Amino acid sequence: MAPFGRLALHGFFSFSLFLVFYLPPALAQESPYFVSYDHYLEEPGNLEIEYFSTFGTQRGGNNFHAYWAEFEYGATAWWTTEFYLDGQTTFHDSTVFTGFRWENRFRLLKHEHFINPVLYLEYEKKNGADKILKEGEGHDVESDFLVSNAEAQKEHLHEVELKLILSSTFKGWNFTENTLAAKNLSNSPWEFGYALGAGRPLALKASAKRCTFCPQNFIGGVEMYGGLGDRHNFGLHDTSHYLAPVLAWNLPSGWTLRVSPSFGLNDNSHQFLMRWGVAREISGFGSMVSRLLGGHQ
Amino acid sequence: MKAVAAALVVSASFLAVAVVLAQTRSSDKPPVAAASKYHPAVYAELQKAPEKARNRANPLESDPHAVAAGAILFEQHCAECHGEAAEGGKKGPNLRAAEVQGAAPGAIFWILTNGVVRKGMPVWSKRTEPQRWQLVRYVKSIGEAARAAESPAPKP
Repeated sequence: MAPFGRLALHGFFSFSLFLVFYLPPALAQESPYFVSYDHYLEEPGNLEIEYFSTFGTQRGGNNFHAYWAEFEYGATAWWTTEFYLDGQTTFHDSTVFTGFRWENRFRLLKHEHFINPVLYLEYEKKNGADKILKEGEGHDVESDFLVSNAEAQKEHLHEVELKLILSSTFKGWNFTENTLAAKNLSNSPWEFGYALGAGRPLALKASAKRCTFCPQNFIGGVEMYGGLGDRHNFGLHDTSHYLAPVLAWNLPSGWTLRVSPSFGLNDNSHQFLMRWGVAREISGFGSMVSRLLGGHQ
Repeated sequence: MKAVAAALVVSASFLAVAVVLAQTRSSDKPPVAAASKYHPAVYAELQKAPEKARNRANPLESDPHAVAAGAILFEQHCAECHGEAAEGGKKGPNLRAAEVQGAAPGAIFWILTNGVVRKGMPVWSKRTEPQRWQLVRYVKSIGEAARAAESPAPKP
């Protein structure tokens, strides 16, 4: 990586550390999902800094460890915007920066309903070495990852991704369904995918005592995701699918830990993905920026 | 190299959007802590609760732990906007105000569930229903405590 790029990434990392440890935390109630989205957006003015890791097995090639940093900001109560930086290490190969994403989620309805729609718009600029598997789309299959990093990096992708998130909360359970349509802007067909999720806190009532290990701090669930082909060949043929139990632990200190072992459901899928993530929500980021620039409080 | 430069441009845009939104929000008429200084429209949201929602009784009304649990939830999720003592803050109105204390528990629960999304109050249905009722119980207990403090002590 070029010295300028390295400097920029170090700068970003240092800035994130400053935010994480300097600004006051907010207790988050994060969903346990890694791939699916529910209809809950970030609280306005809060910034959540997240790090996620995916370890993946690779038949016929080298296993990999892909990771991404995520900066999620509640612009308003109906709009959340996120910025991602992605990278990966393929064992016995190399470590590479694989690109960035800018994602926006818009709550479409004013009030809570039985089904709550959220519109998701994302722009991705990444290279072919991207392995974070943040979604299943098109005809993406395990064998695509056999290419060496040096070769894969030569492929540059500009992609737009749309999702319709339909999420419902009932008796403490959250059920969510995400339909995905993605298009590589360099003259590729639209590709499709899906993600389904269900999760519930281990206890519905909050404890009257402050506690780290109270059951209401843990949210367990399961998600399933995969590709649905493309515009010319829609369906399950040559697609990969995963089933993944998920668990989130929302600590009173403002940290959230997430873990999810994912299992490939067919021969086109990686046999096993181990995902984990850590996040910290920071309250008052918008106010801090305003203060720095001399705005009113 | 190009990817990193583009990443920096996008991150700068991200920061700029954050700044603009922060400035916009802070340039709105700032609410102050005194109840009387909040615009009545702030509390009018409570009146928008449908009758069915307003008439719902708090199932945890007699739960001896509801106030304590609600107080912790309030501190964790609400105090940032509404103030540590619910006296009102930079973003959220005073919850000690007569409009809130006089409101039906069901109306407060409805606001918590639906938020006032266009005016900055997020949807809190991600907290479970019992937890929202615990919060309602705590908010109402603030008024009860204030009334108890104001009433003259019984003569021995």
